[in-house]
This record gives sequence, C-alpha cells and structure tokens, in this order.
Amino acid sequence: MESGIFHTRYESDMALRRTPLMRWRIYLAVAFLLIFPFVGNSYTLTLADQIGIAAIGAIGLNILTGFTGQISLGQGGFMAIGAYTSGVLTTHMGLPWWLTIPIACIMTALVGGIFGIPSLRLKGLYLAIATLAAQQIIQWAIVRSALGTDALVVPPIKVLGTTLNKLRIGPFGGVDFWFYWIIYLFLALTILFTVNLFRTKVGRAFIAIRDQDIAAEVMGVNLFRYKLLSFATSSFIVGLAGALLAQYRGIVNYERFTIDASIFYLAVIIIGGLGSVSGSVYGAIFMTLLPAILSNLGRSLGSTAPAIARLVPFVQQGVFGLTIVLFLVFEPEGLAKIWRNIKDYFRLWPFSY
Amino acid sequence: MPRGFSHILNSSPLEPGELQLDIDSVFLAFGGVQALSGVSLQVRQSEIAAIIGPNGAGKTSLLNCVSGLYHPQEGSIRFHNQSAHTLTDLKPYQIAKLGIARSFQNIELFKHMTVLDNLMLGRHVHLKSNIFSGGLYWGRAQREEVENREFLEDIIDLLEIEPIRKQAVGTLSYGLQKRVELGRALALQPSLLILDEPMAGMNMEEKEDMARFVLDINEEHGVTIVIIEHDMGVVMDISDHIVVLDFGVKIGDGTPAEVQRDPAVIQAYLGQDHSVL
Ligand SMILES: Nc1ncnc2c1ncn2[C@@H]1O[C@H](COP(=O)(O)OP(=O)(O)O)[C@@H](O)[C@H]1O
Ligand SMILES: [Mg+2]
Repeated sequence: MESGIFHTRYESDMALRRTPLMRWRIYLAVAFLLIFPFVGNSYTLTLADQIGIAAIGAIGLNILTGFTGQISLGQGGFMAIGAYTSGVLTTHMGLPWWLTIPIACIMTALVGGIFGIPSLRLKGLYLAIATLAAQQIIQWAIVRSALGTDALVVPPIKVLGTTLNKLRIGPFGGVDFWFYWIIYLFLALTILFTVNLFRTKVGRAFIAIRDQDIAAEVMGVNLFRYKLLSFATSSFIVGLAGALLAQYRGIVNYERFTIDASIFYLAVIIIGGLGSVSGSVYGAIFMTLLPAILSNLGRSLGSTAPAIARLVPFVQQGVFGLTIVLFLVFEPEGLAKIWRNIKDYFRLWPFSY
Repeated sequence: MPRGFSHILNSSPLEPGELQLDIDSVFLAFGGVQALSGVSLQVRQSEIAAIIGPNGAGKTSLLNCVSGLYHPQEGSIRFHNQSAHTLTDLKPYQIAKLGIARSFQNIELFKHMTVLDNLMLGRHVHLKSNIFSGGLYWGRAQREEVENREFLEDIIDLLEIEPIRKQAVGTLSYGLQKRVELGRALALQPSLLILDEPMAGMNMEEKEDMARFVLDINEEHGVTIVIIEHDMGVVMDISDHIVVLDFGVKIGDGTPAEVQRDPAVIQAYLGQDHSVL
C-alpha cells in the first residue's frame, strides 16, 4: 500500500505522517475524539478523562524511562508536586486554576531536575533506588508539612464566572464533559510536543543516551546536561498530569501519589511500549479500562454468583501483575509493537508471509 | 553514481603538514597494569597515521585518552585548530566540539535508531535547536533538520548506503554497521578522524570498500585520520606515517618503508609471525 509513494522534497519525506493512510488514521482518531463526548454517558466520560490524564502522565514517564533509558520510580512523587502546587495555589492563594497549571509544571520540572542529579553517577537498579528515595522524600515532605495527611479540597473551577457543573450547552455539560475538552487539549499538545521533540536535536540526544551513552558523549552530547534536561522535561509533563488530576478531582490526597502510582505508570509504559508516544496512549487506555471492566464483571456477577464476585478484587490484582509479566515475556515492546505488526501484516497483504 | 559532494567534510583550519595532534609522554595505568608507558607521537594535518601493534599493546587506550574517555596519569595531549587545546583537561563532549570524531573497535551505534538518525546525531554539535524550538518543530528547527538532511545525503552517497538509510541500525549486517559508524563520525565534519579497527572482521570486498572510503575522505577532503588496523597490507598501502606500540611502549615511528626496515619492530613481530610485515 505504501509502495508507489515517492517524496521529492526532504520536507515531505521528513513529515510526521508521510502517507495518505497515516493521515487518514489521524483524521479518524480526531473525529472520534470530537464526537465522543456527545455520545458518551457520564461513566464513559469519566473513564475517558482518566485515560487522558494517565496518557499525559505516561508520556511524561516514557520520555525519561522509555526514551532516555533512565528508570524512574519517582513518578508518584513528581505527580504529587504538580497536584499539590496547583491545589495549594488555587485553594490558599486564590490563583485562577488555569494559571496554576503552568506554575505546577515548572515547579515539578525543577524538583524533577534536582532529583535527576544522581543519574549522572547511577544507572539501572541504582538509579531506580535513587528515584525511589525521591518518591519517599517527596511523600514524607508533604505529610510532614502544613499540608499533613488531610485531603486538600480544591474549589471547583470556574469558566466565565460559572462553575463547570452548572455550565451547560443544551443537554451537554457537567464536570466530566467540560474537563474532557481541557484534558484532551493538553494531551494533544503533549503528544505534538513530544513527537516533535524526538525528531529534533534534543530528543535524538535522549535516545542516543539510552542506546549508547558513551558513544553519545563522544559525539558531543553533554550527558549531565541532557540527563537533567530529560528529568526536567519528563517531570514538566508529569506535573501537568498531576495538576490536571487535582483540578479535575477537586481533591488532592497524598495516598494517590504513593509508590503504587509509580508502579502503575511503569506498567502503563511497559504494556504500551517503552520509547513510544502512541504506546503511552495505548497503555493508558488498557490500564484504565482493564480494572474498570473487571469490576463491572464483578458487579454483574455479584447477584448471580456471589462466591465468584467476592474473588474479583483478588483477581484484579492478579490480572494486573499477570499482564505485566506476560508483556515482559512475550512482547517487551508493548501494544505499540503489536499494532505495528498488525499494520505490517496488512501492508504486505495479500503476501503477508 | 555518486553525485558531486557539495559539502566540506574537513573543518580544520590548518594547512596540510602543520602539527595537529601532539601526544607527549603519556603514562596510563589500570591498577597494576601499565597500559601506556611514556608514549609520544605527533600527527600532522591531512595525513593518515596508523597505529599498529599486537593485541593489548595499548592502541585503543591511547585513542581513548585522546577522546577523553581515559585520563592519563602523566603526560599531555594537545590539539591544534585556531588555537591549542589541552585535551587531557576536557570532557569527551568538549573534545567532540573541537572536531575530533571517532569510531569504536566494537561498534557502538545507537541500535534502535535509524541510519539517518544515527548520522543526524553525528551532527549534534552543529545543530542549534533547543527543547522549545524542537518541540514546536517550527521555523528554524525545521529548516535546520532539512538542511542537515541534505548534508547527510552527501555522506550517504559517499558511503553508498542509500538503500538502508531508514533502517534501524540493529538490523544491519556487521559490515554495514561499521560503515554507518564511519558515517556518523563524518557527520561531525571532523578535523581529526579516529578509526579503531574499521576493517576488523570484514571480508576482502568489504575491506577494499572501507579502504577506498578512508582514502577518499583523506584525499578528497583532506581530513586527518588516525587509524588502528591489523591488516598490514592495508596499513602499508594507505598510511603516510606508522607508529608501532608494544606493551604500552612505542617501538617504532616513521614512514611505512622506515618502519618495515626497523630492527626493533621486526624483532617485536618476529616472535609472532614473520609474514606480517
Ligand atoms: N578499562 C580498562 N580497565 C582495565 N584495563 C584496561 C582497560 N582498558 C584497557 N585495559 C588494559 O590495557 C591494556 C591495553 O589494552 P588496549 O588499549 O585495549 O590494547 P589494544 O587496543 O592495543 O589491543 C590491556 O592490558 C588491557 O587489558
Ligand atoms: Mg584495541
């Protein structure tokens, strides 16, 4: 299907979507995203919003771990910085919600950059431990600060002087509906930024560091600077996910940002595909929908087979672990690779062998 | 058919024959192992200098000192372009900025990146986009990518790797990977090109191609080349100047003809194989 397409200019050969088929896929996805909120109910909208935030967080982590090869167990902590910064600025300082978001991003980028300093000396497992320490330090600092362990209640955001739950256009409205647009706008910007990043100087240097750090340095990449830059860039986006979560939920609680969150996001990028932007999105969809489907299953079994329904929470934990292991063993490159295989199959069809 | 090369590969401001690299009594030890004992050598602009010697002689270690990967305990390494630089004070990425590029004995490519991206990484020190302009891919960042792509196409032509430019490097044969690694070093527009056994493990035909590329780069573009190579036929053919190392000591230095006659060199090699020289 792709044969017969020749590029006569480097601009078009270097474009992101080089073939009509690729462009059509994007148009379809965008059309789907634009129509979805008008056909979905509040439950599916809630899931879509969760997916959007998880996708942003996963792209952030993937920049650092998947693309730059710096494993991080500090994701939960960095998200907490974004969430608390945004929450505190709105609650205690009275800043408008939209202004707190970039501030939260910058704050998280700074903190992430600082906790990235050990990465110059530490690799692999040792870096994992160092970022785990970052996670614990951030959590400890929050709990010990004036914020304590109490949940921080963020006032509902207002647009044009009205809170979102009161804002309606015809039959459409509500927090989930409106946040859908906010979240997916930020997701679109995040995707565009990241995809562009990895076809230019800085992103290429990140990948080079992952693949062969010594060769990268000998070719002129300042390892220290670029590793810190990767930590800061990643954290900036993770902070965005945190800030959106704070504003969307209207409540910030440190328990949402523990090591469990760090592991959840690692699972998302492993299942979706390390070093893949689209994989981050697939992983976020998968890891958000899987537990939702399982608990729906449990609820529907609840009346007919209560004995089995009682097992559902355990099954949920088990399935979570099992999927990660299965992916690591059978498709370490994740859903993104599986999708690529399917595409390759049809590209060569009917000569698919 | 290679089209005309429209870019200049050599970025050195020196005239041919001027002193470019000056290694002065370098000592390097790893724990108890003395890898280099007072090695000195000089490389002049636009020459091909070969470093030969048995395995473990310290050839790679010496070049790692030039790249800033190893730090000699004693001695100095100076590099000349517009001014003189003491390489032993610099980090590897700063040395790259001076225009010193290299390939490695065991291929050290970016395996998951395409050939083009590997070459483009070689352009790193020449690119100016940053995280903001790159993330926007707007204006200068885009122009820069396209301009540099044109430059890389010249290298791709030179090395005859057109069909594989979009392939991931990890999927290529050993011989092609060696070629891409040379391309990545060339992309830096080196003043000084260091090649650590670029022909090792190649068959006759691949070796001939590689030797032709090395000669082209040197003769057409005037790039200074320091090469480590075991194939004496190739070394004697292409080098202007040969340095012989043995157990971390320099035992010979001169033109191919001089080195071939040198009793100390013959002595050192006699223990192994009469036919190598
Ligand atoms: N990173 C290192 N750590 C310890 N010893 C090393 C290291 N690099 C080289 N050596 C030692 O230095 C000596 C010279 O090695 P090398 O420079 O690789 O030789 P050559 O390239 O001439 O074959 C050898 O004895 C080798 O074991
Ligand atoms: Mg060697």
